[in-house]
Amino acid sequence: MKETKIYERPKSWKKGVHTHYCPGCGHGITHRILCEVIDELGIQEKTIGIAPVGCAAMMYDYIDVDFCEAAHGRAPALATGLKRTRPDQVVFTYQGDGDLASIGTAEIVHVANRGEKITTIFINNAIYGMTGGQMAPTTLVGQRATTCPEGRDPNLAGYPMRMCELLATLKTPAYIARVSVAQPKYIIEAKKAIKKAFEYQISGKGYSFVEVLSNCPTNWGMQPVKAFEWTVSAMMPYYPLGVFKDFDKEAE
Amino acid sequence: MAKGRVEVLEEYCKSCGLCVAACPMKVLRISEKINSKGYRPVEQYKEGCIACKMCAMTCPDAAIEVYKIEDNQ
Ligand SMILES: Cc1ncc(C[n+]2csc(CCOP(=O)(O)OP(=O)(O)O)c2C)c(N)n1
Ligand code: SF4
Ligand code: SF4
Ligand code: SF4
Ligand SMILES: [Mg+2]
Repeated sequence: MKETKIYERPKSWKKGVHTHYCPGCGHGITHRILCEVIDELGIQEKTIGIAPVGCAAMMYDYIDVDFCEAAHGRAPALATGLKRTRPDQVVFTYQGDGDLASIGTAEIVHVANRGEKITTIFINNAIYGMTGGQMAPTTLVGQRATTCPEGRDPNLAGYPMRMCELLATLKTPAYIARVSVAQPKYIIEAKKAIKKAFEYQISGKGYSFVEVLSNCPTNWGMQPVKAFEWTVSAMMPYYPLGVFKDFDKEAE
Repeated sequence: MAKGRVEVLEEYCKSCGLCVAACPMKVLRISEKINSKGYRPVEQYKEGCIACKMCAMTCPDAAIEVYKIEDNQ
């Protein structure tokens, strides 16, 4: 009888790490597939991540590549400077929906429109996780949060923002896709999209953006498995998965 | 079908149950043990693993290693 190890912790997942994330949080899954992509592309020594303000603020302690920590919403500006001064490096921002779609809205629109050769991983969990569950621009209509205890009212807060669709109206970005980490079949596709986004950056095609529909079991007040069922049943109908812009397809 | 087994890195497991739900063969469960963080780590409690890696792919804490077993008659 012969045994072969076919899955182990990714090489760029720091040794001995216990993340601070709540049990079953999609940040961990996204970090893990990000590490797998970094390993598969062999770019660990030349990758610089920009950590956000939000639950992922300490991701530099978990992923073994160089990191900078941005002020809230300002990761795209920091990434722009880094990439322009060090074009040989692979630069990515990792941002939550509060970070990217509220305080950082101007930054994200312009980094995409300038076509900076960087990659953004956008974690949409429809809430401000770190600060205790306030309404985000992506909170669904009727979804309860501490700042909308009766559920989001579109008359007061507008409808949830679809960032992929919004950014896809711009001519410059090279790749815009929405994926999810809710269940294995979605995780496989999410990893492929993240890999493609990095490949587009490396080959100089331009700006790449991957939105990840995630969860926040703690602030949604659900068990992790139930929370990811909600990602599928409630988030996906409003935030359809798919590719919204693809440089290669447009070139055809 | 392929044969396999998993090794749970018990200290990293947070008992979230995502792998238990993801396993198509239903060979995983939350154990009665307790790790130093106070979580009950998952265990493979019966034969039947097909080395599909669904559990490892779902784990937010990279707490699962998967092995493929080859019978060389
Ligand atoms: C300038 C500034 N304003 C507000 C805050 C408080 N703050 C910390 S994290 C956060 C939002 C986090 O939500 P999100 O970006 O969705 O990340 P998540 O925790 O959900 O992953 C806010 C408003 C801050 N740290 N800095
Ligand atoms: S608060 Fe929510 S987003 Fe933050 S680690 Fe916990 S589950 Fe994840
Ligand atoms: S590898 Fe597949 S069959 Fe084996 S425990 Fe994991 S999910 Fe279940
Ligand atoms: S998915 Fe990982 S952390 Fe969650 S119960 Fe399974 S082994 Fe433990
Ligand atoms: Mg959020």
